[in-house]
Amino acid sequence: MALALKETFSEKTNKALGVNSEDAKLTLTYLSLAFIILFLGGTLGLLQGLNRAGLLELPSWLNYYQVLTAHGILLVVVFTTLFMVGYFYSGVSHTLGGLLPKVRKIAWTALGSMLFGVALVAATVFMGEASVMYTFYPPMQASPWFYIGLVFVVLGVWLAAFGVFISAANWKKRNRGQHLPMFSFFAVGGFLLLFLGSLGVTAEVLMLIPWAFGWTETVNVMLSRTLFWAFGHTAVNVWYLVAVSAWYVAVPKIIGGRTFSDTLARVVVILSVILNVPGGFHHQIIDPAIGEGIKFMHVFMSLSISLPSLLTAFAMFAIFERAGRKKGAKGLLGWIKKLPWGDVRFLAPMIAMITFIPAGAGGIAQTNNQLNQVVHNSLWIVGHFHLTVGVTVALTFFGITYWLIPYLSKRELTPKLNKLGVIQTLMWTVGMYLMAGAMHWVGLLGSPRRTSFSTYGDHATALGWSPYLFSLAIGGTLLFLAVVLMVYIAFHLMFKAPKGNTEFPIAEPEDDAAPTPQWTERWGLWIVIAFAIISMGYVIPVVDMIVNAPPGSPPFRTW
Amino acid sequence: MKMHRAEEIWLVISVGVLILSMVVTGYQAFAMDMAPPSHKETIDPQKVDQTAPFDNPGVFQTEEGKYEVVMTLQIFSFTPNKIEVPAGSEVTFTMTSKDVVHGFQIAGTNVNAMVMPGHIQKITQTFEEPGEYLILCNEYCGAGHQMMSTTITVK
Ligand code: HEM
Ligand SMILES: [Cu+2]
Ligand SMILES: [Cu+2]
Repeated sequence: MALALKETFSEKTNKALGVNSEDAKLTLTYLSLAFIILFLGGTLGLLQGLNRAGLLELPSWLNYYQVLTAHGILLVVVFTTLFMVGYFYSGVSHTLGGLLPKVRKIAWTALGSMLFGVALVAATVFMGEASVMYTFYPPMQASPWFYIGLVFVVLGVWLAAFGVFISAANWKKRNRGQHLPMFSFFAVGGFLLLFLGSLGVTAEVLMLIPWAFGWTETVNVMLSRTLFWAFGHTAVNVWYLVAVSAWYVAVPKIIGGRTFSDTLARVVVILSVILNVPGGFHHQIIDPAIGEGIKFMHVFMSLSISLPSLLTAFAMFAIFERAGRKKGAKGLLGWIKKLPWGDVRFLAPMIAMITFIPAGAGGIAQTNNQLNQVVHNSLWIVGHFHLTVGVTVALTFFGITYWLIPYLSKRELTPKLNKLGVIQTLMWTVGMYLMAGAMHWVGLLGSPRRTSFSTYGDHATALGWSPYLFSLAIGGTLLFLAVVLMVYIAFHLMFKAPKGNTEFPIAEPEDDAAPTPQWTERWGLWIVIAFAIISMGYVIPVVDMIVNAPPGSPPFRTW
Repeated sequence: MKMHRAEEIWLVISVGVLILSMVVTGYQAFAMDMAPPSHKETIDPQKVDQTAPFDNPGVFQTEEGKYEVVMTLQIFSFTPNKIEVPAGSEVTFTMTSKDVVHGFQIAGTNVNAMVMPGHIQKITQTFEEPGEYLILCNEYCGAGHQMMSTTITVK
């Protein structure tokens, strides 16, 4: 009872005095590291772009595949995870009345575990002991310390996830019968999905470690790959869900609007958690050892993942239109002009959303089996995920940065910084569209991904790719400059911008909004359904891969 | 959850497009035999050289206008390489890997398949247009991956 009183008290001080300084420190640490990682990863990206166009020969001590392994891991695993944890913890603190001391401790331990893991992974990659890409497909075998590093990264992610679950459960206990605030609902959903997605890769890594130490002789290649993609696919959809949370929670407030429908947002979270994991199979459409029937069922399972995005697309346009009409917009499309295009906190996530229209359409196309065969492992795919993760996710993260960092550092986004942010956003957009556009096109012409500069003995087909690869390099250069600018802005907002008060934007429901039904909070049921769907997708093919497995593969080090 | 009229229309149309794409994909796969390469035979990856048919890789005519290419992929080459077939031939590639995961792609066609150690993969293509097609490995397989290529000449 006394405890409960204390908690509500802290909730009130939190509202009155702004962010708890301990919680601010936690998130600022995560975000600082995320932006340092972005800088490192972006630098490596530039090297790749220049090399692929034949403009830069890498020195003998820095191999293209070493660089690409680091770029992939740093950006699509480390940068995104750090940002997700930092951002979600700040919002959980904000909406649930400050973090519990024990949760804060968990979050710091999580960070320690992740950093230790990343240090092991980075060290093995830079020593040339692990040029295996972020997918580390066996029977290519990295140093055992590479896999052990991955274990610590996963452990950190689990700790961070459980910190959020504990926060939510504790809040529910103190606020019986109330709905978890929408921001925290997204945080719980995001971490739950990440946890579900990481189960497969954990099993895989635990099989690879004894093999890497030489305690077991061979490994099941197909099984490993399948377990990896249960994670690889799910992870990028978690990053996307993190971005979506800002679209539903923050963006409406920034444009002076209201949330569209609280229930709809929660349904989007629930569907994302339930439907996502089996999507891993769309990365294995042209693999042997998976039958045509199973592959066709997975077209259905992968397409179903687009359902929450279709709901989101509608909700976003509805929010924008209503906000515009409230400001007096007339006609069918008059609301477009009423949107605050000059406000980078809106512009960046808006471009992110618009980009998801072609990027999502491309995804729907390439999950249809025969179309996948046209583009699988070509640069088209790399273009696809630089649009989805590189624009939709990353630009939304940048858009969040412009209010989250000043909110935490008790500073302000000045008009000048806002303008710099707009320039950054435009540079990033042009750079990504140039690079990803070129990748899509040259991929259709046959240029493969994960391949350093090669003319294949001056074969005419490969020579025909040159102009596209050149435009890839130009886009990549522009992007690198945009990375530098973004990192500068982030640290400026942290340490240099003028002191002031920045709010954490949380949109309010419409005045006449219908109450959210209680069933949205039945997490136990969602977990059961998620497992049912994961079983539908995996039981038959995985049992087949184990029971009808060929003799295993011994290790190879081919780099 | 109450839905708006416009939202219902949007969902019906977009889900309709998804279903249509599935119908087309399913029809092509099962009625037109265009399903992606999904062969399910296995092999001991450490005994490829001793196991038929890979103990004798090469190009074999199976009947009039039809060929089978029995091929092994290994770092960083294809065996056999520099293949030649007459225009109009239907060629089935039967492949496996002797070491790590490789990809088999013929630029300018839809031939694209993953080739794994322990598994036999098959893909068939009819080559109508004469020319020298570039065959390349499209899965990272090690330091020389960018050199792993050969050609198939159709004349
Ligand atoms: C300066 C900005 C960037 C540049 C210039 C850049 C450039 C590139 C290039 C040229 C490749 C691929 C080459 C190949 O397949 O041979 C690549 C791969 C990749 N990039 Fe980026 N990129 C940038 C930013 C990002 C961001 C922000 C993300 C994600 C958050 C990202 C994620 C990836 C991933 C996951 C791969 C695939 C790695 C693999 O195939 O194993 N990149 N990037
Ligand atoms: Cu996926
Ligand atoms: Cu290769």
